[in-house]
Amino acid sequence: MSGTYRRLLPYLLVLPGGLWLVVFFLLPAVQLVATSLYDPAGSLADGYAMTWAFGNYPDAIRAYWAHFGRSFGYAGLATALALLLGYPLAYVIALRAGRWQHLLLVCVVAPMFTSFLVRTLAWKAILADTGPVVGLLREVHLLAPDGRLLASPVAVVTSLTYGYLPFMVLPIYASLQRLDRRLLEAARDLNARPAQVFWTVTLPLSRPGVVAGTLLTVIPASGDYISAELLGTPRDYMIGNVIDAAFLVRLDYPQGAALSVLLLLVILVLTIGYLRRGAEEVG
Amino acid sequence: MARRLWRRVADHWVLAAAALVLGYLLLPVVVVAGLSVNRPSSRLSYDFHEATLDNWRDPCAAPGMCAALLRSVQIGFLATAISTVLGTLLAFALVRYRFRGRTALNLLVLAPMATPEVVLGTSLLALLVAAGVPQGFWTVVIAHVMFCVSFVVVTVRARLSGMDRRLEEAALDLYASEWQAFCRVTLPMALPGIVAAALLSFSLSFDDFVVTNFTSGTTVTFPMYVWGANQRGIPPQVNVVGTAMFAVALLLMAAVRLRGRRARQPAPPSRGDAGAASERPVSAEVG
Repeated sequence: MSGTYRRLLPYLLVLPGGLWLVVFFLLPAVQLVATSLYDPAGSLADGYAMTWAFGNYPDAIRAYWAHFGRSFGYAGLATALALLLGYPLAYVIALRAGRWQHLLLVCVVAPMFTSFLVRTLAWKAILADTGPVVGLLREVHLLAPDGRLLASPVAVVTSLTYGYLPFMVLPIYASLQRLDRRLLEAARDLNARPAQVFWTVTLPLSRPGVVAGTLLTVIPASGDYISAELLGTPRDYMIGNVIDAAFLVRLDYPQGAALSVLLLLVILVLTIGYLRRGAEEVG
Repeated sequence: MARRLWRRVADHWVLAAAALVLGYLLLPVVVVAGLSVNRPSSRLSYDFHEATLDNWRDPCAAPGMCAALLRSVQIGFLATAISTVLGTLLAFALVRYRFRGRTALNLLVLAPMATPEVVLGTSLLALLVAAGVPQGFWTVVIAHVMFCVSFVVVTVRARLSGMDRRLEEAALDLYASEWQAFCRVTLPMALPGIVAAALLSFSLSFDDFVVTNFTSGTTVTFPMYVWGANQRGIPPQVNVVGTAMFAVALLLMAAVRLRGRRARQPAPPSRGDAGAASERPVSAEVG
């Protein structure tokens, strides 16, 4: 094999995949930003003029700030709940399951193969007005006799938490699985109480998993609009619902693009802030 | 004594919590299976009414569903084939070589995974419209390959970076050509990662709604069909598909598990290449 070939080999390997990502990910992102600056007076049929209309951004925020707030509120709540629910499960699978470990992992992963939409619709049956959950809650007076769960923020957050829970469990499991168990034994030998072992050794060591899980949950959840559409009402709509309608129903491309770019920017800022804070606390 | 008691309580508290969470994860799957054998009282109702096997006997009774299903399978296979090849090449380059632009490429690979699907979908739609490309079957394939590639790279890279390179060096020392070493040593060792990546790609593509919604035009995939059906009333056959997919996933995982277990056991001497070796007493070498 010649030297030139050897030198070019990595570039040849990279070329097709890299090109695909540049053309179908990077270029569209640039076009999205361009579209967000088009003249809002144009239309899809007549074409849009590029007028660097930065005013699209404040206009979009003024019209839909409540949806943004709701998106990050619901997504934040769902992420907190997923962490609260997912940590014990990941902990048990990684450290307590023994020979059941593989089976439990399958139980976490396998539901993801049942279509996301079909599973979300199952919540419609579970939380139905005549269903067992609502019946029980009415019985114990946690819900008014005519109270419902469906078509409410409770249903949307329940479904968001459910949908992204595996993305919280798996990274935490992976980091707990990797941790050196001799450290836990050492802490116990030094008379640390189980709670102390957990708070001072286990939890800090599983931090990378918690960080990864949080991001993998909060990012897709804040852009999700399937839960709000299938289980909520327009009063529960998130920013994804608005973006979907802007592009596919109202055909207002500049506004839809501006909202999309804003969503991405907010997520970027939150992610960087979160990672930096995490790094500071560890360092 | 008190401490031991507390420890038991704490242990069981964690186990009970984990069991409840597992129940939360599995409940919708159970409900989907239940609804798959349900005859609803009316077209719009989604409550359990009456048990029947009709939905399983004729899943295609729901108008349009099987065509959508077939289209999703076609798109899934195409997107999986392309993204697995592209992603595996990228993963090899990123793990094995130092080259200019490597850091930027790493970022480019990770970025689609950190981007909400709405943003991916609307960006592509904006580009397709600006370029005057009509949306349909092939734009969906292109879009699916785009977000699957990242997951393939991450999965294959994890496998490759855990591999012992000395095995390849040994093959080269034993006068294998680079190509032979690659085909006989590197590729077989990387294969579990590549297979896992392909399975992941297929499930991501098959299940995708958001990106598809923005790039499909009038093409209807299975998730698009379910979305549309939600307004008209969901046919119970949709739950047959959900349950069947769950069953197939379980079978595949069991198969992978069994194969993995067999691979870890010492292989019986095969006839072809080990014929001469097996004439000698092998116990000393194997032991």
